[in-house]
Amino acid sequence: MNLDKFVSLENVDKTFHTKSGDFTALKDVNISIKQGEFVSIIGHSGCGKSTVLNIIAGLYGPSEGVALCADKEIAGPGPERAVVFQNHSLLPWLTVYENVMLAVNSVFANSKSKAEKDEWVKHNLKLVHMDHAMHKRPNEISGGMKQRVGIARALSMQPKVLLMDEPFGALDALTRAHLQDELMKICAAINTTVVMVTHDVDEAVLLSDKIVMMTNGPAATVGEVLSVNLDRPRNRLALANDAEYLRCRQAVLTFLYDKHRKEH
Amino acid sequence: MMQQHFKAWMSWLFPTFLGIFVFILIWSGVSTATEGKIPTPFVTWDAAVNLFSDPFYDNGPNDMGIGWNIMYSLGRVALGFSLAALVGIPLGFWIGRSLFASRSFNPIISLLRPVSPLAWLPLGLLIFNSTHLAAIWVIFISSIWPMIINTAVGVSRVPQDYMNVAKVLRLNEWQILTKIMLPAVLPYLLTGVRLAIGVAWLVIVAAEMLTGGIGIGFWVWDEWNNLNVPHILVAIIVIGLIGLMLEAGLVWLAQRFSYGE
Ligand SMILES: Nc1ncnc2c1ncn2[C@@H]1O[C@H](COP(=O)(O)OP(=O)(O)O)[C@@H](O)[C@H]1O
Ligand SMILES: [Mg+2]
Repeated sequence: MNLDKFVSLENVDKTFHTKSGDFTALKDVNISIKQGEFVSIIGHSGCGKSTVLNIIAGLYGPSEGVALCADKEIAGPGPERAVVFQNHSLLPWLTVYENVMLAVNSVFANSKSKAEKDEWVKHNLKLVHMDHAMHKRPNEISGGMKQRVGIARALSMQPKVLLMDEPFGALDALTRAHLQDELMKICAAINTTVVMVTHDVDEAVLLSDKIVMMTNGPAATVGEVLSVNLDRPRNRLALANDAEYLRCRQAVLTFLYDKHRKEH
Repeated sequence: MMQQHFKAWMSWLFPTFLGIFVFILIWSGVSTATEGKIPTPFVTWDAAVNLFSDPFYDNGPNDMGIGWNIMYSLGRVALGFSLAALVGIPLGFWIGRSLFASRSFNPIISLLRPVSPLAWLPLGLLIFNSTHLAAIWVIFISSIWPMIINTAVGVSRVPQDYMNVAKVLRLNEWQILTKIMLPAVLPYLLTGVRLAIGVAWLVIVAAEMLTGGIGIGFWVWDEWNNLNVPHILVAIIVIGLIGLMLEAGLVWLAQRFSYGE
């Protein structure tokens, strides 16, 4: 298996057929992601970040080109590419425990016993510090907590790739910072490949090994790819004056607000 | 604290009793003005006490207590209504999920839905050759529309996010139905059921007047032939109360199954 191209998009175009005609959202997108790498996709709103993520998730098929994961063409959605949705998408009629159990039951239908499944659900809830609210329903917990459960649900599928679409976009700054720190700990512990969509420059630099910067749509494509050469574990306070951190931050800001400024 | 409670209670209780009091006052006025043709509230109350002192007597099919008549009517409603649910809910699911089904059924539904329920009675009599079955048929046909339509709307409004979750989890059709579709559609479905039962209860009284037999509708008609006006008034209030209870029961059920975000 090609570990340097664990996930890759090759010459991917995406055209949506809408009522008002065809709309080319992506044009000639090339991205390759190493196994165990944390990659952020950043760009102005509406440029096609979610579309890229949905193609990797298998929810959309590319109009041209191929999307590969572990040397296989991505043919549709599946638990090996778990998604943390922007608006958490927990089922409101199930408790926190049941929401995660739904995933575990479906992925480990035959490979885990009932007791093992129960154990595994609780383990993942503990990982995101939500085991105390196991029996609550989504409408009884805060936005940050819902997002934690969404992460636990995705992790419980033991995905090869964890896909996150602006997972902290709807949260206040403090909660967001807290969850970012926890996400870094979790990723260090399980060493999974992560692709995260964001529009927050600091979030991208803090979390990523690599930042994929997208140009504005229509026909958006990858503008630049930036490697973030910072050691882990990372500490947001210590990084505030770190030269590499500042260099990366500057590079992304320049890309977004100088080279590809969004007019309006 | 106590006083506040009392106040809140009074602000609800007082207007309610005032409303009932004014209603009874007007009723008495009408009664006086018609020289007793419309019986007074007291006469009606006496009749009600009398009727409900022995609601379940049975002197053969032509003379049964008001309790039996109500039970027969409720039975017809339950039967016609259940059949409508059995057909209407799956049909609603299908129409909601498939563009093809929605395109083929919608014109027919739009055409038939506005038809007055009683217009279906002759067809029922013709096909089933039985007044009892014809009444059930009318309930079936009048309560099926709200169930189909509301179920279909509910299905088409299941958030795409939930369906995406189902895809990523690779849920099978059965799991999608039981874990996602049914719970998501349930509030809409219950709205349909509530509307349907309201219509059914409205229609059964009218249908029974035409079909005869045992039932609260025909009972009213019978009392009119006997010129027993107090009984008619009692029946009106009883029909209203039962309708109210059916509605309240379903509202309660709907609240139990509605989920916050
Ligand atoms: N299913 C779809 N049908 C039609 N157009 C779409 C669809 N999904 C996205 N688009 C369009 O593609 C462009 C990129 O959208 P998206 O990937 O959601 O952007 P981002 O996530 O970067 O904000 C937008 O102009 C959007 O309107
Ligand atoms: Mg998006």
